Amino acid sequence: MRPVYVALIFVAAGLLLADGSLSAQHATAFDIEDGGRAFRNTCATCHGPDGDQIAGIDLGRGQFRRPFTDQELVGIIRNGIPNTPMPATNVSEAQAVKIVAYLRSVAAARRSGAATGDAARGKAIFDGKGECSTCHRVNGTGSRLGPDLSRVGQLRRTIELEQSLREPAAEVLPANRFYTVTVRDGTKVTGRLLNHDTFTVQLLDAKEQLRSFVKADLREHGFASTPMPSYQDRLNSQETADVVSYLVSLKGARP
Amino acid sequence: MMMRTGILVFVAAASLQAQVTFDRVLNAAREPHNWLSYSGTLDNQRFSPLTQITPANAKNLQLQWVWQARSLEKFEATALVVDGVLYTVQAPNDVVALDAATGRVFWTYSHQPSPDARTCCGRVNRGLAILGDTLFMGTIDAHLLAIDAKSGTLIWDTVVASAAQRYSITLSPLVVKDKVMVGTAGGDMGIRGIVAAFDVKTGKEVWRFHTIPAPGEPGNETWSGDSWKTGGAGVWNAGAYDPETNLTFWGTGNPAPDWDGRSRLGDNLYSDSVVALDADTGKLKWHYQFTPHDELDYDSTQVPVLADITFRGQPRKVMLWANRNGLMYVLDRTTGEFLLGKPYVKVNWMDGFDHKGRPKRVPGKVPTPEGTLIQPHVHGATNWAPPSFSPRTGLFYVAHWENTGTIVTEGLSPRPVGVNTRQTTMGQVNLQQFFNNDDEAYGVVRAYDPNTLEPKWEYRMNDITWGGVLTTASDVLFSGGREGYFFALDARTGELLWKASVGGQVNAGPMSYSVGGRQYVTIAAGSALFAYALPEGQ
Repeated sequence: MRPVYVALIFVAAGLLLADGSLSAQHATAFDIEDGGRAFRNTCATCHGPDGDQIAGIDLGRGQFRRPFTDQELVGIIRNGIPNTPMPATNVSEAQAVKIVAYLRSVAAARRSGAATGDAARGKAIFDGKGECSTCHRVNGTGSRLGPDLSRVGQLRRTIELEQSLREPAAEVLPANRFYTVTVRDGTKVTGRLLNHDTFTVQLLDAKEQLRSFVKADLREHGFASTPMPSYQDRLNSQETADVVSYLVSLKGARP
Repeated sequence: MMMRTGILVFVAAASLQAQVTFDRVLNAAREPHNWLSYSGTLDNQRFSPLTQITPANAKNLQLQWVWQARSLEKFEATALVVDGVLYTVQAPNDVVALDAATGRVFWTYSHQPSPDARTCCGRVNRGLAILGDTLFMGTIDAHLLAIDAKSGTLIWDTVVASAAQRYSITLSPLVVKDKVMVGTAGGDMGIRGIVAAFDVKTGKEVWRFHTIPAPGEPGNETWSGDSWKTGGAGVWNAGAYDPETNLTFWGTGNPAPDWDGRSRLGDNLYSDSVVALDADTGKLKWHYQFTPHDELDYDSTQVPVLADITFRGQPRKVMLWANRNGLMYVLDRTTGEFLLGKPYVKVNWMDGFDHKGRPKRVPGKVPTPEGTLIQPHVHGATNWAPPSFSPRTGLFYVAHWENTGTIVTEGLSPRPVGVNTRQTTMGQVNLQQFFNNDDEAYGVVRAYDPNTLEPKWEYRMNDITWGGVLTTASDVLFSGGREGYFFALDARTGELLWKASVGGQVNAGPMSYSVGGRQYVTIAAGSALFAYALPEGQ
């Protein structure tokens, strides 16, 4: 099977070499996802999750020292750039191809998004119309029920933040799952799942109380859908861009 | 009467001082109060003849003592108990003697491993062996030590292999007659696996078997080029001994490099196999390879479980094996003949066996950079935790994982992505937050009928398990898991009888003994050893 696989990669690489824009079109969603993972593992340490943490370079917007072809980028990822901080890596050719496909896809998505956000306006929406702080906490303010967003700008990419606003249920990290228990008198308690085992379950409930239940004492228990609403229709594209800009600006405040 | 009582006391005292002869080790079932080898008996059934704790009273079990190890490593050792004294290992290589009734320390022997020592998966040790008044321990720097059981002083120290060349020893040694045997770990780091026997008195090597044949030996042709030199096939879990055939049995580990077989074309004998070695000479009598040319890290280092059963209407001396590769096996332990094999979890790397018991591979189920869903996943359906066989129920009890699959990538290390990533975590010392939903990987204890390899019942846990299984002659089963519970089940039905929260992950097998007329059951969890018993008088 390996020769077949190698041949496929060769074909894929050939397509990529022809034109940078082709990479996002011809790479599979899985390739791009895998490339994103490899990017975060290998590149984001220096370049940041959005690829914009080195002055003059914004990998996620296709902004390099000069317009590189895909083939050149693959070579740079693998071999580094002499006499610069960009080191050689042990990334395979195939993985480098996927990283490039990922970066091209992010840049393409950015180009399609018309609005450029304003972080200050985004903060106002976050605290006001969006009612985000009823569930989320930023630098010590807001609810603890949802994920703390104080460092979300370091942890999540713009495209992921946009998706979370539009389709919050599309991807929920295991640590952010919600769980509902129904106690004997019929009362339901829903909260963020902190832990569970064969016999017990631990939640942070809507009143920010740490709750622990013995499953044998419950009528029902199980995972709940995310309580986060979609902002697809609640915010216009400019407002969404503003909120995303604000979230991207959250890099973690030190006490 | 006074005189008779005095004699009885004298006799009892004399038995307390008696040395552990090989006859005692071999017939350990005759002294249910003791636990004289890793699995209790050399057939590895991990079955205690004790009956004080029953399905009816197990709910009353109480903690009797806890011994906290000075270690941040996983506690994988099963203790030995000899006439009221419990011996165990504080990872990596300190031997501790405790009062089995109170957990108080008699002595500690500390071995300082060489800085060269490297282990793939923790600086761990799975236990000791005993013969006479001598304890034996393999070390992570590949020494074999003999330690005086009364004083905790070193008797001899033999270098089995080079730690600098990445050999280590993590298994509990096997004592057979006048020899003590060990195998060497390091298969992920390019060793050439060894099983070796040493004179119990002197530590002098008697024989050595290489799990990878040298040029000119049968089987070397199953390795391309020079790959045999660093082909792995480590031996890192307890062996078994069958006195009728004088054979010892050892499971061997994966070939190296683990996830990329292109440099070692061929079946790679005797990796991922069970080898039957003559106890006196170390000569290979038979072998069975579970996973030829493995590229999925399916070590076959589970402990061989020997049982005499009625198989298809005939009495048969068999070996039962729940393998990391997701398949369960019944082999004839005298000849190595494949009698039965069947997946016991989701398996997608093979599809049936040929008439000799060789698995038929499914093309394409190899690691690739783009990812391949392979079941079972990189840590297998089960791993090294010891199972149990009850001669009373005739059932084979295995703690294992269900619903696992991993996408792995080509290279020196697997990178599980996509589905069920959390399940691939190795056993750890401390409890972790756990978020999996019900469809993701989970652990079970299952009871299998050796005639069909079909499960009779299942006890399900939320999380996966690295815990072993003990059964008793009163049909109580003990096990634990990564959730940090130690629990008792009815061995006939799987019903939960009792549980205790032990505050750390269970990475060991339970064992049982008695002192002063009370039956104890122990489990290592986190960095501590816990002992439970019924309240006095029950």
